[in-house]
Amino acid sequence: MRLTLRIWRQPGPDADGAMTTYEVDGIAPEMSFLEMLDTLNERLITEGEDPVAFDHDCREGICGACGMVINGRAHGPERTTTCQLHMRHFADGDTVDVEPWRAAAFPVVRDLVVDRSAFDRIIGAGGYVTVPTGSAPEAHATPVPKPAADTAFEHAECIGCGACVAACPNGSAMLFTSAKVVHLNVLPQGAPERESRVLDMVGQMDAEGFGGCTNTGECAVACPKGIPLPSIAAMNREFLRAARKAPR
Amino acid sequence: MRWCRPTVADMALATRAVPRPSTLATLWRSTIGKKTVMAVTGVVMLLFLVAHMLGNLKIFFGAGDYNAYASWLRTIGEPALHHGWFLWIMRVGLVASVAGHVVSAWQLSRRDLAARPTAYVHRRPRASYATRTMRWGGVILALFIVWHILDLTTLTVNPRAEPGHPYENVVADFHNWYADVIYLVAMLALGLHIRHGFRSAAQTLGAVTRRGDRAFRIAGNVLALVLTAGFVAVPVSVMTGVLN
Repeated sequence: MRLTLRIWRQPGPDADGAMTTYEVDGIAPEMSFLEMLDTLNERLITEGEDPVAFDHDCREGICGACGMVINGRAHGPERTTTCQLHMRHFADGDTVDVEPWRAAAFPVVRDLVVDRSAFDRIIGAGGYVTVPTGSAPEAHATPVPKPAADTAFEHAECIGCGACVAACPNGSAMLFTSAKVVHLNVLPQGAPERESRVLDMVGQMDAEGFGGCTNTGECAVACPKGIPLPSIAAMNREFLRAARKAPR
Repeated sequence: MRWCRPTVADMALATRAVPRPSTLATLWRSTIGKKTVMAVTGVVMLLFLVAHMLGNLKIFFGAGDYNAYASWLRTIGEPALHHGWFLWIMRVGLVASVAGHVVSAWQLSRRDLAARPTAYVHRRPRASYATRTMRWGGVILALFIVWHILDLTTLTVNPRAEPGHPYENVVADFHNWYADVIYLVAMLALGLHIRHGFRSAAQTLGAVTRRGDRAFRIAGNVLALVLTAGFVAVPVSVMTGVLN
């Protein structure tokens, strides 16, 4: 299989970037998109050129490190992470555009690598439960209703890849933040910090320069883990409830 | 005093040095709060439009009924309220809603555009037509409101401009082709605005659940269709000679 790739190359955060065309031959359909880029990079290195920089780690679709916009879609045409996107979804001779996540809050570091530490700061603002340290608690000490456990688990699936921000026309982090808020607020362990969590995380999200939600729904379509759009409504509900309660 | 074991909440609170802003400040400073303003003012305007559209349909019962209905509107609340006060109270509420809606939309739009400074090179159509036209559709509606008030409230640009005779003014108005065009375009924009806006408001106010999502989408579409059809019925009837 042979593809024409047009990849965003940018040597540094403040440097100008441009789409650069590469012909890649010898692509097997069972290769992942990242393995295809590895093939290109091996050739670039042997030719003495800088390889294309991109983030990746587990390559199993569970870590959230990889991510690029492929033909205008975050993570490409399939609902999965870029590492789990296989070349059989492309046809021989296709031209494929590869760009980094685009958002003011995700500045480009180099080529396809963006700085997603804004997500870490949102988590730091409230995406945790404060528990006394010590030995592990008895598993049955805090009963969790089955529906709550299911909802929490579904939202805990968010790997923080940033596809929602990349897909949103407003560069909004509402789906990501809602996944984290719903995950913890639905559980009894998260109840003591229920109000401060949503107020602080939304405050940090706004401070990072993410846009607001205009309910276009692009985020939920792009999400490789299927976090549903109504989760944003659930976070709005939590936020309005917390704002109504006596502020402390 | 009874001894209490410190809870996890107390420990978390002890770390907060700066007190939280008030509820109103929290809402106005956050994107979700500004969207709440948009949602609430939008729902207020939507409720008004439903009443306005139903009132308009009285025109099909003839000039007598329609003009009597218009003068009755000025007597609502009497004798507690003076003649016409109800309308003025409603106008103040509506102007406040429009202002809140527009200011929030302006601030949120500026923020949204700044959050995505670089466009993707590979473009593809995004979202539905109604979703993509919310901002410019809103501008069209704001301009229409100005024209509509000058035309049928103050009668400044109305071709007949006879106070107390709304039926005759409306019919005279829609004999002009440009009035028909302005009105039809604005009502299509209104339908699109409500199609996206109704479900959006429900989402912002946290009313949408996974089970209820579809119901809100359908309700938004039905409201958009009914309101557009109801409003458009008047100029179309004048154009086709049903009303004269």
